[in-house]
Amino acid sequence: MATRVQLTPEQAAVREEYESFARDHIAPHADAWDRSAAVPEEFITTIAATGYLGACVPAAYGGSALDAIGFGLLNEETGRACSSVRSLLTVHGMASQAIGRWGTAAQRESWLPRLATGAAIGAFALTEPGAGSDVKGLVTTARRTEDGFVLDGAKRWITFGQRADVYLLFARLDGRETAFLVERGAPGLHVTPVRGILGTRASMLAELELRDCRVPAEALLGKPGFGLTAVAATALELGRYSVAWGCVGLIQACLDASLSYADRREQFGKRLRDHQLVQRMLADMATGAAAARLLCQQAGWLREAGDAQSVHATWLAKYFASTTAFRSAADAVQVHGAHGCGEEYPVQRYMRDAKVMELIEGTTELQQTTIAQSAYVGHAPARPATAPAATSNAASADDEKVTA
Amino acid sequence: MPHDTTIEEAKPKIREFLARFFGDHRIADDEDIFATGFVNSLFIMQLVLFVESEFALTVEDEDLEIENFSTVDAVAALVTRKCSAPVSS
Repeated sequence: MATRVQLTPEQAAVREEYESFARDHIAPHADAWDRSAAVPEEFITTIAATGYLGACVPAAYGGSALDAIGFGLLNEETGRACSSVRSLLTVHGMASQAIGRWGTAAQRESWLPRLATGAAIGAFALTEPGAGSDVKGLVTTARRTEDGFVLDGAKRWITFGQRADVYLLFARLDGRETAFLVERGAPGLHVTPVRGILGTRASMLAELELRDCRVPAEALLGKPGFGLTAVAATALELGRYSVAWGCVGLIQACLDASLSYADRREQFGKRLRDHQLVQRMLADMATGAAAARLLCQQAGWLREAGDAQSVHATWLAKYFASTTAFRSAADAVQVHGAHGCGEEYPVQRYMRDAKVMELIEGTTELQQTTIAQSAYVGHAPARPATAPAATSNAASADDEKVTA
Repeated sequence: MPHDTTIEEAKPKIREFLARFFGDHRIADDEDIFATGFVNSLFIMQLVLFVESEFALTVEDEDLEIENFSTVDAVAALVTRKCSAPVSS
């Protein structure tokens, strides 16, 4: 696989725009939003006005239909300022993409214009109390009625679940995993905020309870039995891509904070930046940011080309970027010493957020086993995978993985 | 633009793509791909991406039936059906 390194002039220009927006409208508030465990409604209005929420919506429906690299850059710059805001782009993008890709004409016409402008916020509801990594354990059920479906079950760790207007929600219909678009006001849907989460605290997590929840026939997205394998898998793939880029931003933020602090702070008569063991940490962060960015660009380029290899490339990017983000954040706290533990500097937030990145869209361990399996593709002779086909396992945080 | 693709043109390309996942196991044209144990659920995405880019077509929501993807024969039939259909949207 060849690698394309340079951004086009258009991509470089939008990156500049995203960076400027994040610097002015997100970064100054990120710590306060983290403390209050919410992104304020005014900010949702502000970001909606930029059109960024329409990143994954086709232009025909009012979206900006960013190319894969453009969407990546938006996630990088947003993630550099605030992982919670980046997670809004992630789940909103997952719902938008699923409707754009697999929705009926009526679903596209009904939802996409609203998702493009931010008039409606989308979220992704797969994880259940008993089904995290192993999404085959899904127990939420759907049954047909005369005019639609009745859903029963519970969903956990739903990012922006407190705020979303529509949930891309998975349930078993006749025993087969199926995707539904469930509106916030659906009778029988109860949304409860989740408090006290370790990281991405402003991502407004919720639990959903579905008790005799009635949805119309038009809520069915895609075909029964293909909900998990195709609809969830493509949405999760976008989510993983978004998180990978967000982690690049997170590493960059750790580097920026550490460079700045090490330049100012003196210990033993010289600046921290002149202490060799501190230099080692700065060097690893700088290298990690560059390497993770290259992997994300490679994944983006392949996604844009519709290349089947994009799937594997995205896993590599997410695995490397998230593990590097956590190591970088732990080092950033270390560079800051006691100051790194307080609220005066954002590095403790980076460390908490980075740990979440190792759990969502596939835990580090799931990435490792999947990447190892994929490495065998094209490496004959193959043997049957140990797990049955289309088995799923995954993370324990807000979104899951579909793998064997 | 899609051009008419025949079953005979489509099958070798599909077999070649699948061979990367199956190593030295030679899959029969009517063998259930998902029942072999060689593929995980990421595979379906790769298969859809492959079909779309190789045959310059778009897999629509109405094509999203597991029966359309479960064997070499089924994928070839889907491809030829879509390539010969008038362009809709």
